Amino acid sequence: MTAHADIAHGETAHEHAHPGIGTYVKVGVILFVLTAAEVAVYEFGYNHAGAGFGALLHPVVIPVLLVLSALKFALVAMFYMHLKQDSRLFSSLFVFPLIIAAVVIVALIALFAYHYAFQKLIH
Amino acid sequence: MATTAVEHAHADVHAHGSKTGLWSWITTVDHKRIGILYGATAFVFFLMGGIEALLLRIQLGRPDNTFLSPEMYNQLFTMHGTTMIFLAIMPLSAMFFNYMIPLLIGARDVAFPRLNAFSYWVFLLGGLFLNSGFLFGAAPNQGWFGYANLTSNQYSPGLNVDFWMIGLQILGIASLAAGVNFFVTVLNLRAPGMKLMRMPMFVWMSFITQVLILLAFPVITVALILLMFDRFFGSHFYVPSAGGDPLLWQHLFWIFGHPEVYILILPSFGIVSEILPVFSRKPLFGYAAMVFSGAFIAFLGFGVWSHHMFSTGMGPIADTVFSLSTMLIAIPTGVKIFNWIGTMWGGSLQMKTPLYFCLGFIAMFIMGGLSGVMHASPPADLQQTDTYFVVAHFHYVLFGGSIFALTAGAYYWWPKMFGRMLSESLGKLHFWLMLIGFNLTFFPMHFVGLLGMPRRVYTYPKGLGFEIYNQVETAGAFLLLIAFLVFIWNVIRTTRGPANAPADPWNGATLEWAIPSPPQEFNFAEVPVVHSRDPLWETKRERGGQLPEPVRVSGAGIHMPHPSYWPAVAAIGVAAVFVALMMLPKLGPAGVVVAVAILFLGVFKWAFEPA
Amino acid sequence: MAPAADHATTTGLDSRKMAIWTFIGSECLFFASLISTYLVYRGKSLVGPFPHEAWTSPAGQHFEPILEIKLVTVGTALLLFSSLFVVIALNGAQRNRRGQLLTFLGLTIMCGIFFVGMQVYEFTHFVHEGLKLQTNLFGASFFTLTGFHGTHVTMGVIWLITMFILALRGKVTPEKALNLELAALYWHFVDVVWIVIFPVVYLMK
Ligand code: HEM
Ligand SMILES: [Cu+2]
Repeated sequence: MTAHADIAHGETAHEHAHPGIGTYVKVGVILFVLTAAEVAVYEFGYNHAGAGFGALLHPVVIPVLLVLSALKFALVAMFYMHLKQDSRLFSSLFVFPLIIAAVVIVALIALFAYHYAFQKLIH
Repeated sequence: MATTAVEHAHADVHAHGSKTGLWSWITTVDHKRIGILYGATAFVFFLMGGIEALLLRIQLGRPDNTFLSPEMYNQLFTMHGTTMIFLAIMPLSAMFFNYMIPLLIGARDVAFPRLNAFSYWVFLLGGLFLNSGFLFGAAPNQGWFGYANLTSNQYSPGLNVDFWMIGLQILGIASLAAGVNFFVTVLNLRAPGMKLMRMPMFVWMSFITQVLILLAFPVITVALILLMFDRFFGSHFYVPSAGGDPLLWQHLFWIFGHPEVYILILPSFGIVSEILPVFSRKPLFGYAAMVFSGAFIAFLGFGVWSHHMFSTGMGPIADTVFSLSTMLIAIPTGVKIFNWIGTMWGGSLQMKTPLYFCLGFIAMFIMGGLSGVMHASPPADLQQTDTYFVVAHFHYVLFGGSIFALTAGAYYWWPKMFGRMLSESLGKLHFWLMLIGFNLTFFPMHFVGLLGMPRRVYTYPKGLGFEIYNQVETAGAFLLLIAFLVFIWNVIRTTRGPANAPADPWNGATLEWAIPSPPQEFNFAEVPVVHSRDPLWETKRERGGQLPEPVRVSGAGIHMPHPSYWPAVAAIGVAAVFVALMMLPKLGPAGVVVAVAILFLGVFKWAFEPA
Repeated sequence: MAPAADHATTTGLDSRKMAIWTFIGSECLFFASLISTYLVYRGKSLVGPFPHEAWTSPAGQHFEPILEIKLVTVGTALLLFSSLFVVIALNGAQRNRRGQLLTFLGLTIMCGIFFVGMQVYEFTHFVHEGLKLQTNLFGASFFTLTGFHGTHVTMGVIWLITMFILALRGKVTPEKALNLELAALYWHFVDVVWIVIFPVVYLMK
């Protein structure tokens, strides 16, 4: 029983290390701004691609969107899912599968693109 | 909480409920009993798969045979492969995960005992469902790899493929639930002092296996979902006429499929790595190298899947990449083999049955690995793929590898699990029959494969030079049958015999041998403290020789989780959801609603029940 | 729950929290497979309607690009805010602030329900416009990917409603805040998946 109490104690002590509401709200605002930026990138990069900023943005819309999305992803994972404060083990439980997942996605896209190109070449 | 504990045969009777009878098995959450359930169920499936194989071999025993119709042949070879992989080898490994991991790490149970029961019941229902196709004369008939677009409504209009894809879907849920459970168990329930690098090798390899299960099974889940949508709802993921690409199935299937073959072999690596030191009277050679090679195999295992697809014309760059990564994987595999040999080198070998099977394992697995490296080369593979050469390869790794090692594990841990020693002489007879039968059955497949005999075809014409090989193979298969009958006889004889196993019959090195055989419900009356990799050997050294036979204690005051039938209800819910999906045209959405209700009932009752 | 709760765990971390993280790790591969399918089949549909391009069928029927960016942007924002709300609710549970807990948990659930509602509306709208699971590869992979995400959101909503009822009965105390934290972790994961899906499906042409 004492061991149990200890754990409960350890856990609450642990939770206090979680950031406060202020941080959460700040992160929320940033997330909102980043989402607005994503939609703006879409709007300018595609619908106003004729001239000015839009023309500049047009060729890099996809990489920019990927970066913005990765930022949002990281913010939620670090602050809302508490990976920044919690045990490193939890981070690895998430990051290792993410790496495999990313490799799978990239490999499949590449394999299919290459396969179609190769089939065109030989036929 | 237990207030009284009565000695009853070999099981403790706790205050909360009787520990015998069918109901006690249905509601059990004890990892040892669940382990036995897994083992018994998997062995029955193994026998079914074996009988299917014998029928196939009879058909192939002579050319132009009509013993089996082509349709029956297709069903049998599909069910044979699917059964052996998902219903025999995986759950036999799961039997050892269940029974042995908590004992090896000094824990009283797994992290989530009821989730563990849930896994078993889902597995059982999935296995039964998969096989129920036979009752309708519509067992799966498209091969264990289920290549698209053979599985489309157009080419497989019957229920056969439905039984397969839904059966596998259900089984995947069982594996994933167990994967989470054992992953957490190994990380979180180790006895004090058991650091990661002190874990027994079987625990390490099982742990890596769980990682593979957790990362590979979701992929086949998706592949099967897409297939389900194609078949049930008329989407066109795998239908070329609508732009779909059957290669997508192959990729998704093998992204799962190659890790899957390591899911099948890594636990066996672990078993062999437990047995060899004990019977060589020497610690495992190259412990760290064993751990890292296992991890490396698993990691690389995610980057080689397309070696199953060389013949699809991926293109030279893709071929080269996957060929190289495949050859690379042979290196950590070789490291393991050298370490096993190094463990035995200079040891004082105790020639007991478990060691026999381990030696058989090493020799046979090397041969399977070598043929694997041969078709890692695309030009060679184009000759070998879809022939009996590949059949030879994967039987050398799966039968010569996994089954030999699992059998070794059965002989090794039998005394611990059942308190009785299997007969040594029958065990050795079993070994020789199995070794000879195995090689007679599968070695000629190398030749007949290179001669061009295609796999998955129900017969072959006279005069191509295939006859003699196939006759030998069929004869070998019957020898294998006899080998397993000897094993069954051994088990029956032993079970009828006296409970003669001491706690530590082999002079073991790991924690399970410190407690009575079979263990009491709570495993360890006192949680052990670990100071080294071979904790029991160390204790024996310190105390100068064998330890006294441990006494059974009352266990009063040790809190064990209560039995529960809600995991079984939830499992029924899971199976029901899928069956309702399959019968959607007949039952309509009402069926799904009822099934989901059962599932939710089970899950909520389970969640709010006191543990 | 687990017998492990009786004594300290090896890592000192809670087993259930480790389990939910393990599960989330596994789910990454689930969504990776669905996203791969979507991307591999991008632009491979033989007939329309298409996500970003107009299309006229051989019979002369005209289809506008089908995706409704505005609607989905609102849904996306809802899901993002729900992540913020649930973390504030958790904060309330941990500090025994009942009002904060109930208010923000309620808001989270509302956002979740609105998101699902948005998706139901979107799906019916598409079917109306002539895009079904069976229409083309885009329809198949779009409905499967976003549909399975939506199923996850629905599961999350059910889980959160359960927590809300428990909270109403005063059972989400600081000692039991972990129960809510588990649900919140799952909820954030579902949000994070949408953070990937939103640009990949809706914003990239
Ligand atoms: C040195 C290690 C290994 C290498 C290089 C290797 C390589 C290969 C290759 C290239 C194939 C494809 C052959 C073809 O279809 O043309 C194959 C098939 C197969 N391998 Fe291995 N392998 C290895 C170890 C294993 C192990 C350890 C297992 C299982 C325990 C295994 C099980 C299988 C199975 C089941 C197939 C056939 C799948 C099918 O087409 O139905 N292999 N292997
Ligand atoms: Cu492979």
